[in-house]
Amino acid sequence: MIEAETLYLILGLLILSIVLCIIRVFKGPTAPDRVVGLDTINTLVIVSMIVYGLVSSSVIYIDVAIVYALLSYISTLFIAKYLEGGEF
Amino acid sequence: MSISQIVDYIAIILLAIGTFFSILGGLGLLRFPDVYTRLHAGTKCTTFGAIFICGSVVLLGLKMWYFANPDGSVLTIHTIGALIAILVTNPTGAHAIARAAHRSGVKPVGAVVDDLEGKTLRKSISKKKEADK
Repeated sequence: MIEAETLYLILGLLILSIVLCIIRVFKGPTAPDRVVGLDTINTLVIVSMIVYGLVSSSVIYIDVAIVYALLSYISTLFIAKYLEGGEF
Repeated sequence: MSISQIVDYIAIILLAIGTFFSILGGLGLLRFPDVYTRLHAGTKCTTFGAIFICGSVVLLGLKMWYFANPDGSVLTIHTIGALIAILVTNPTGAHAIARAAHRSGVKPVGAVVDDLEGKTLRKSISKKKEADK
């Protein structure tokens, strides 16, 4: 079995990547830049949840990750529709 | 070397590839000059990394299932479900963001000519713009 320390190291690297995306969300000059940053953060959070579900060997985190993926997709579509300025 | 160790080594290699590409996605998001290039880094790299990390978790779940651990089957099937959700939603969201960025008037860095000028707007929006003029 893979040691838990390796998986925690991978979780730390994923969180480092999330921090890079948060810097872009705060810096981004235009609104679509921030939306791209948020979309990337969503994907990385889903992957981190899956790895944490493997570490703690509880499947409930992976179920939460599925629901989080679908809800974040809907929120991204809504923000994109709002940026277009069209009618719903 | 037993089969358990071989599966562990393959899973660690897959996890390393996935983590590497996730960090590349974050770095590219920080370093690229433009919304569209940032979209390339932030969406493609993280989707690719998610495929590899989910593949590693599926492999470890299959190993647990093979050694008669009842948690392994649930872990495998639910991770495949999460992977399918990522694969369907992530490129679609990226396409929506790129279309919204172009329609809201963000130009690529160094662009001189926009060939899609006035062509991609829907009829209701272009009518409204003509009425404004």
